[in-house]
Formats: sequence, structure tokens, C-alpha cells
Amino acid sequence: MATTTVAPVATSPAAPGPAGQKGRWYEGIAAHVVLIAILLVALYPIAYMFGTSFKSPQEILNNVNVFPRQFSPGNYVDGWNGIPGVTFGTFFLNSAVVAIGVVVGNALACSLAAFAFARLKFPLRGFWFAIMIGTLLLPHHVLIVPQYVLFNSLEWINTPLPLIVPKFLATEAFFVFLMVQFMRGIPRSLDEAAEIDGCGPYRRFFFVVLPLTKPALVTTAVFSFIWTWNDFFTQLVYLNDLDSYTVPIGLRLFLDSSGQAAIAPMFAMSVLSLVPVFLFFLVFQRLIVDGINTSGIKG
Amino acid sequence: MVDTAVRPTPAGRHAAPPRGRPGRRKEAIAGYVFLSPWLLGLFGITLLPMLYSLYLSFTDYDLLQDPEWVGLENYERMFTGDPQFWNSVGATLLFAITSVPLKLAVALGVALLLYRNRRGVGLYRSLYYVPSLLGGSVAIAIVWQTLFGGQGAINGLLAVFGIPGRAWIADPAFALGTLVILAAWQFGAPMVIFLAGLKQIPTEMFEAAALDGAGRIKQFWHVTLPLLSPVLFFNVVLETIAGFQGFTAAFVISGGTGGPADSTLLYTVYLYLRGFGDFQMGYASAMAWVFLIALGVITAFVFRSGSLWVHYADEGDR
Repeated sequence: MATTTVAPVATSPAAPGPAGQKGRWYEGIAAHVVLIAILLVALYPIAYMFGTSFKSPQEILNNVNVFPRQFSPGNYVDGWNGIPGVTFGTFFLNSAVVAIGVVVGNALACSLAAFAFARLKFPLRGFWFAIMIGTLLLPHHVLIVPQYVLFNSLEWINTPLPLIVPKFLATEAFFVFLMVQFMRGIPRSLDEAAEIDGCGPYRRFFFVVLPLTKPALVTTAVFSFIWTWNDFFTQLVYLNDLDSYTVPIGLRLFLDSSGQAAIAPMFAMSVLSLVPVFLFFLVFQRLIVDGINTSGIKG
Repeated sequence: MVDTAVRPTPAGRHAAPPRGRPGRRKEAIAGYVFLSPWLLGLFGITLLPMLYSLYLSFTDYDLLQDPEWVGLENYERMFTGDPQFWNSVGATLLFAITSVPLKLAVALGVALLLYRNRRGVGLYRSLYYVPSLLGGSVAIAIVWQTLFGGQGAINGLLAVFGIPGRAWIADPAFALGTLVILAAWQFGAPMVIFLAGLKQIPTEMFEAAALDGAGRIKQFWHVTLPLLSPVLFFNVVLETIAGFQGFTAAFVISGGTGGPADSTLLYTVYLYLRGFGDFQMGYASAMAWVFLIALGVITAFVFRSGSLWVHYADEGDR
């Protein structure tokens, strides 16, 4: 593009450049006002959920305010015991088993495959890599019917196995790709030095590459946990027995059991269901937000 | 994608160090050892089940009796004898076409406000990301159902401005709209990607445009948008794929029916209802294959369109 370099620098403050130089004094304030306004709208539903979890059932219907007029913490007790015979503790335990299994499976299996793709030479490597990239785009709804038939014939329905075992087989191609990218950034000279010292591929993986892959492993673990905790579709398909329910499926019970009395406990349990995700977010906040920059991970 | 630099050249065959050949074989074996869980998953959980689902799509199968071959009957019924199928196609297209641009517009707008180094930028970034983090959960879907219900907070808010409310989620004309708003509300992830893209644009570009007399709006259309187009493209691809696969909110908010009047019957919801609601596994498999092919075509189309509007910096200004 043609730039006229003749323009004197002195006049440039009038021409607002979006980056770097400062705009007019009121622009900064205006931007903050807009940003805070959008933030209030964006966070309103979450604040509403939290506030409503302390309202009595009648108050939910006639008070749309965030803050409850009357503080009813009993919703949490009612919600926890809300389902005849099974408490929410069971659902939380089931969710935890599934989430931990998925985290371990993804971290282990995806790093194994990633090491092969990023560091080892073997016949057909390019071919398998291309297929792995292809499976990234495969919607999991396409696989759900045949996988259900398979797991049903193995009698794995109503157990956490259909949710966990596939992750130990590195079916989450996204994380394989993430770790391949990361491992490619680790200097090859380290491998070569280890090789000269007599390390075979196995020791190189465990003692050289894997420890250096820690940031990618943590990213994988954090997102595996959050996605699994929030996942609804696969858990809905594979878990039909009350004792095997996870938190998201358990929450839906409140919706099915009609009647206004269920609304207040439902909100209380909704809040509880998000607590683990919130905790992860608080601890790994920087990593999560920066991780999206670099990898395009979706929330 | 394979780094050829390190690969030994054929000429080096004779000059190779003694450990060359057996070392390479050892590495090839190790490669397959490391790859074995993935390979097992690829064949056992992905490829063979896909082939099986292709077979099932030509059968009648309810899990109890053996699959019964019916040829193209499922596909025929889908395309000619099932208005619900076409409803779900329509709802899904409408959902994706409205939610993806809306979400990206909000994401870009907020990113533009955020990318100057203002006080508290880090905090804003994190807080704006929270909806993306929680938005896919059942809890938020439940909140949405209450917010947009007949006695919900949205109506309370509208009443302040004297606008008459309604049961948004119970009205076929508006129910899908509430899902679109829920999707757009989760603008945090594309916003962060936009922010990273904006940071890549050299400041001199804006300074040069400003010297040429381009105002804010001109700068946006002629500098920001073209230079941001690769990132925009990336977001369009990601969000389109995600948009077509929406499930949780539609399923939970409609009480697992896709109602009212099939207005929120997204494709995946209908697939679930056929497969796991009435165990028509053959029909659901046929739907899955149509979905796979349609998504492939749509993705290819998005990629094709990219060559028309995506501007890569290294192409220069011609």
C-alpha cells in the first residue's frame, strides 16, 4: 500500500491508531464502560443460577432478582437427597471415576502415539499421521450407534468402561495432535545425546521427552477433565441405570420429575455440578486462556 | 509434515555407522509399539465400527433380533417418507447459519475492545471466557430453560421496558432463537483466538493507514479484517463444525423431545431419539452416514470458500 510519508508527525495524535498510541481521554473510559456492561450481561446467567439456588420454590417464580429475599440454604440438602434411594454423592463419585479415568487414559495413550509421530521413524508414518488428522474431523455422533452395539455386546453398558477405555486407545485425536506439535518443539539434540549415551526409544520417551512434555500433558489433563465433566451425550447414551448415573445425567432427573418443588434443589445441584470446573479454572486460568491462543482448544 | 532433513539419504547406506541398520529396524519396531494403542483404537473403536454402521444402515435392527437386510429402505424413508427428518435438517441449518455468525461477531467485537493494553485486560479475558467453559453443561441448559421460560428473568427484564413477555422456549417461533443466544453467549473461546490474531498485526499497518487518512471504520475493513482473515477462517471452520453438532442444550431445554413442534429438533437430537429412544439402530446408522457425508461436503465448501476471502500475509500485495 502507498504511504504518504510527508505528513508531519505533529498532526498524528488526531489520527487515532487502534494499537500503541493513546486515543482521546474519554475513549478509555467509554471502552471500560462497554466492557463492563457486556461482562454483566455475560455473567448474569451464572449469577442468577447462584442466587436462585438460595431461593425458596415460590420465590423462584416471583423474584427474578439475582439476590434472594429469603435465604434458603436447605435447597442444597434437599437436592443432595433429592432422588429416592440415591444421593448426589453417588453421581459425583461416578463422575469423578469417569473423569479421572479419561484424564489418565488421554495423557498416557496420546503421549505414546505422539512420541511415535513426532520422534520415531517407521514405515507408513506419514500415512498413519494423515489418518490421525482425518479422525480429528470425524463427528462422534457417527460412531455412537456402532460403538453402542459393540459395548452392549461386551456388557459394558451402565459401567464407566465405554467412557474410559476408548481414551486409553488414544481416540481423542485432538490431544495426540497437540502433543505432536509440542514434542516437535523439543530440541532433537537432547534425544540424540541420550541416544549416544545408549538410550533406546523407550528410555528416551520416559526419561527425556515425556518430562519435557509436561506443559502439554497438563493442558491435556485440564481439558480432558473439564470436557468429561461437562459431557452429556455419551454419558446419556451409555448410562441408563440410576446407580451408574453421572452428575449431568443426574441433574436431568430433576427436570423429568415435574412439579415446582424440584426447581429449587435443581438449581442448588446445578451450582454444585459446576464447582469442580470452576476450581480447575481458577487454578489453571492462565494456562487455559493462553492455551486457547496457541492451540485453538475449544471450551 | 515429515521432517525429511534428518532422514538418512540412500547414498549414506554404505557409509552408515555400524548401528545404522539394526538401529533403524529397532526404531521401526518401537514406532509401532508406541503406536499400538492408537492403532488398536483406530481399528477397534473407529474404522471397523464405522464399517459396521454402514452395514447396519441397510438393515432393520433393534438390538434384540439380528439385523435384517432391507437394502435402501432406511435412506428412502429418510428422504421421502419422514417429515421429521427434514424438520431436523432445517432446524440444524437454521441454527448453524444464525449462531455461528452471531457468535463470531460478538467475539470479534469484544476482542477489538480488549486488544489495546488497557488496565485489567487479563481479568476481562478470563471472565469473558467463563461462559465458554460452562456453556456446554446441563446446568447452564437448565438455567436457560428457567431464564427464557414464561415466568423467567428475561420476561421480568423486558417488563421493565414495557415489552410484553412470552414463554420463549414454549413458542415454536422463538425456541430455536434461545438456543442461538445460548451458543452466541459462549463467545469466549473464539474471542481469545481473535485476540491472539489481532496481536499479530503490526502496529505500523494502522499507522500507515491513519496517515493515509483512513478512519477507524476504514481501518477495520481495509486493514484489520483482511489481516485477520486467516484467524477468522480458523474460527469459522471450528465453529461451523461445532454448530452442526450441537446437542446438549437442545436436548435438555426441550425435555428430550426437540419440541415445541420440532423447532429445536437438531439433527443429533433426532439421531439420538431414533437410535436410543426407539432403538431403530438401522435408521440411526443411515442418519449418521448422511450426517458424515453432509458434514464432509460442508467442511469442503467452507475450505473452498476460504480461497476467496482469506488473505495470507506471505502472499504480499501483488
